[in-house]
Amino acid sequence: MIGLRTLSALPNLIGVLIITFLITRALPGDPAAFFAGAAGSQEAVEQIRAKLGLDKSLVEQFAYYVRDLARGDLGTALSTGRPVLDEILGRLPASLELTLSALMLATAIAIPLGVLAATRPGSWIDHMCRALTTAGVSLPTFFTGLLLAYIFYYRLGWAPAPIGRLDPYATPPATVTGFYLIDAALAGDLDVFIASARQLILPALTMALFVLAPLARMTRAAMLGVLSADFVRTARAYGLSRFTVLYRYAFRNALLPVVTTLGMVFSFLLGSNVLVEKVFAWPGIGSFAIESLMASDYAPIQGFVLTMGALYVLLNLAIDILYRIVDPRVEVSG
Amino acid sequence: MKLDHLRYVLAENVLTLVAGGLLLLFVLAVVFGPALAPYDPLASDMAHALAPPSPEHWLGTDALGRDILSRILVAARLDFGIALGAVALSFVVGVAIGASAGYYGGWTDRLAIRLADTIMAFPLFVLAMGIVAALGNTVANIVYATAIINLPFYLRVARAEANIRRHAGFVEAARLAGNSDARILAMHIFPNILPPMMVQISLNLGWAILNAAGLSFIGLGVRPPTPEWGIMVAEGANHVISGEWWVALFPGLVLMLAVFCFNLLGDGLRDLVDPRTRT
Repeated sequence: MIGLRTLSALPNLIGVLIITFLITRALPGDPAAFFAGAAGSQEAVEQIRAKLGLDKSLVEQFAYYVRDLARGDLGTALSTGRPVLDEILGRLPASLELTLSALMLATAIAIPLGVLAATRPGSWIDHMCRALTTAGVSLPTFFTGLLLAYIFYYRLGWAPAPIGRLDPYATPPATVTGFYLIDAALAGDLDVFIASARQLILPALTMALFVLAPLARMTRAAMLGVLSADFVRTARAYGLSRFTVLYRYAFRNALLPVVTTLGMVFSFLLGSNVLVEKVFAWPGIGSFAIESLMASDYAPIQGFVLTMGALYVLLNLAIDILYRIVDPRVEVSG
Repeated sequence: MKLDHLRYVLAENVLTLVAGGLLLLFVLAVVFGPALAPYDPLASDMAHALAPPSPEHWLGTDALGRDILSRILVAARLDFGIALGAVALSFVVGVAIGASAGYYGGWTDRLAIRLADTIMAFPLFVLAMGIVAALGNTVANIVYATAIINLPFYLRVARAEANIRRHAGFVEAARLAGNSDARILAMHIFPNILPPMMVQISLNLGWAILNAAGLSFIGLGVRPPTPEWGIMVAEGANHVISGEWWVALFPGLVLMLAVFCFNLLGDGLRDLVDPRTRT
């Protein structure tokens, strides 16, 4: 069943490929003219065009494009002279560490908040939940990030300077996973662990605040629905403890719609990731894409869009599989 | 009857009233912004660079000594223009594709769903970045990119609403009376799709503003020195950690209020249109 679902992610993956290909074709700058150099004659340009396959039909060009991708060839970043694939793979752990920390933080706040709001509708905590969720989606992430940096770095001095993953005097841990937190823990280096956690907390919180809203809102709605169901009333009538009713009976059933919102949450997270990385000078793939944009270096941007698209399709696939584990009743529906 | 319901919903939800008031303020800024601005939004005055809020400059000045209040007021027209343009575009295209897909069914339908799914297969902000990078760095392309990433939402709502009505009694009656498909879609189905679409539009406007500002923040689309809220926050970003908070705070706050206002209005509209989905 899981294999079947994996297959059904293929159309989306192909869609991602087609759109990235179209974006590539539309990107400014004629690659043939670029390779021929300023002194290249019209003839030389035509020759290179033929060599690069640019004189072929769009369909053929697409086939070449897919072939190059299969070989892991995403082109070369002009600004650094290194292959785009290496640049992106080198920076991906930084982005993933930030995104996953934000997700964990958001879930850790949103789900208890949603559950509490649902068990006490109309109470102050319910109102707080409502206010927080409405405000959360309205906050531009780049603005929240700056605000947090101002308060916690400039005013209170609790957080380190909002620049990068580690302050310049510390040495990064030996690379195993590329996640500084995990690598530092593996190396048993407590100082580096704390230092990188301190750098991580503000950007992660910024992103978490943004995705808190859909999670908390959905948890609350789902819990409200389940709590009024007959089987919960029956469980209560049997005199089961409040905890058992709430978590063993209600929460497990409410989890399902919450898992479905994760797809949207990831779209938000990966999008806002770019903005937050810029604000906190986080050396991930988002910052890389912005630098390349400023330098009019288009191969990395195309690689970035493709990576994000592929990542998102895979995450959605993972969510679907998770969904099936949470609720085995769900049928495969393509 | 309708009016009573409106009054009831408004009385129940004071926040919607607040949002209405905010919207009025923003409309005033859009219409009269340039006339209300106390200074020239582009005139720099190095003698008063980075001045904190004062009676002369209510919201302070930026690194080039430009008056922040004036820049915020003038920028309203551009920010709302981009958002309205994008939402109008995705509304028209989305309803046209979605309603025909839901009405005709078959391969039109499958193609439309596939289109929406393909766009949704990307993190939407990233797709917008790619589109603007590919089409070129202009304001018009920000509008197109924002319209494209909003399209799936309109397409899906329109398709679902048209699909449940394709065999409704009033549609069959119109067909028997000899109306063409195009006429049925425009005169009988479209008016019925409109209420849920209005909710979508209101919620989307806030999102469109947020996206456009985000794109300008990373340097796409609107270019300095043009006043725009996202760019103003970006320009103020470097001064936040050295303590000049007003440069980024005020444009960011206005941006937030604009998005907040549309989100609240959307929620209010939803209560009005479909009380069942209220959360």
